[in-house]
Amino acid sequence: MDFLVSNTHISPVYLVITGFIIGILGGFFGVGGSFLAGPALFGVGVPMNFVVGTDLAHIVGKSIVAAKKHRALGNVDLKLGLIMVIGTIIGVETGAQGIEQLKHLGQANVDKVIGVTFVIVLISISAFVGWESWETIKMQRERERDAEKSGVGVKKLKAKEDESALDHISRRIHRINIPPMITLRVSGIRRISLWAILLVAFVGGVFSGFLGGGAGYIRMPSMVYLLGVPTHVAVGTDLFEVVISASYGTLTHAIKGNVDIMIALVMHTGAAIGAQIGAVSTQYFRGPKIRLAFVPLPLIGAGIVIYGLLAGHPVK
Amino acid sequence: MKSNGCPVAKKKENAHTARSFLIELLVYAALVTAYVFFVIGLFGSWLNGLYHNNKTLYAIAALALIVGQGVVLEAVTSFLLRMIHSRTE
Repeated sequence: MDFLVSNTHISPVYLVITGFIIGILGGFFGVGGSFLAGPALFGVGVPMNFVVGTDLAHIVGKSIVAAKKHRALGNVDLKLGLIMVIGTIIGVETGAQGIEQLKHLGQANVDKVIGVTFVIVLISISAFVGWESWETIKMQRERERDAEKSGVGVKKLKAKEDESALDHISRRIHRINIPPMITLRVSGIRRISLWAILLVAFVGGVFSGFLGGGAGYIRMPSMVYLLGVPTHVAVGTDLFEVVISASYGTLTHAIKGNVDIMIALVMHTGAAIGAQIGAVSTQYFRGPKIRLAFVPLPLIGAGIVIYGLLAGHPVK
Repeated sequence: MKSNGCPVAKKKENAHTARSFLIELLVYAALVTAYVFFVIGLFGSWLNGLYHNNKTLYAIAALALIVGQGVVLEAVTSFLLRMIHSRTE
C-alpha cells in the first residue's frame, strides 16, 4: 500500500499486526510503545522524522482506548495526570525544537543522533527496571520465608497493592518541602511538592518530543520510583496523560510536516483492539511482576534500532 | 476468598465477563476496520493535497481523525452493545 504523504510503500497487514502487538503492550504497561513502533516503522523505510510524528499520532488513538478501560478499573489519578500534562507539554516542545535544530545538520544526522540516544535510553531503563523489580520480588520472598520460619503470618499484597525495593527514594522526594504541597488520594500520596511532579513530567516530555512516542518508558518507571505511585495507577494515569501530551505532540509535528496520518490510522486498527486486551489483563498481575515483564521490551526496541543503524539502510 | 463464594457461580460469572468482552472486541474491531477503509477511500487524496498546501489544517484534520477513531468508535460500540443486550434480554 502506498502512503503518499511520507512517500513510502508498506504492507497494511504489517502495520495492523505491529499496532496490535504494541496495543497489547501499551494497555498493559501504560506506555505508548514507541520503543517498538519507532523501530518497526523505521525498519520498513519510513524516514525518522515521520517515524517520530506518525508514532505520536497513532499513540493518541490507542491511549484513548486504553485510558478509558483503565479509568473503568479505577487506575487513573486524574489530578496527577492533569498536573503532569503541564510539565510534559513544555518538555515536548523543548524536545521538538531539538529535532528542528538537528534538521539543519541533515537527515542522516537526525537519524544517527536520535537512533543512538534511543538505544542508550532504552538499555538503561531496561537494566534499571530489571534490577529493581528482581530486588523487590527477592525482598518479598525473603520476608515470606522469614515469616514462615518464625511462625508469624505475613501479610500478602493484594493484586493492586504495590511496593518497591527503592521505596526510600520516593519517600525522600515526598519530604522535599517546596510549596505548593499537594495530596494525591487515588495514588495514596499524602504530601508531595507540585514541582517534583512537574520536573518528572518535563523530563518525560523532552524525551517524548525528541525521540517520539509518549515516552511512557521513562514516565511510567519515574512515577513508580520517584513519585511513589502504585504501578497500576502509574499505568492508567500515564495513559491518560499521554492522550493529552501526544495530541499536542501530534499537532506540532503535523504542522512541521512530520505526520503521515494514513499510516497512523492503519496501525491504530490493530492497536485499539490490542490496547483493550492489555488494559484488562493488568488486573491479574502485581506491580513488581508487571515491571519485571516490562524489561525485555526496551531491549527489543534497542536491538532493532542498532540493526538499522549498523545496516545503514532500512529493512524492507 | 474461595471458600466464601460458590465456585460454580464464580466460574459462570467469569465466563460471562469473558464472553461480553469478546463480543465487545469483535464489534469494535469491525467498526475500526470499516472506519479505516472509509477514511482512506474518501479522504486519502484530499489529505495528501492538504499536507502539501495547508499544514495547519492538515494537522487539525489528522488529530480529529485519530481522536474520532478512539472516542467515537468506542461510543458507537457501547451503543450497539446496549442495543444487543436490550434485545436479547
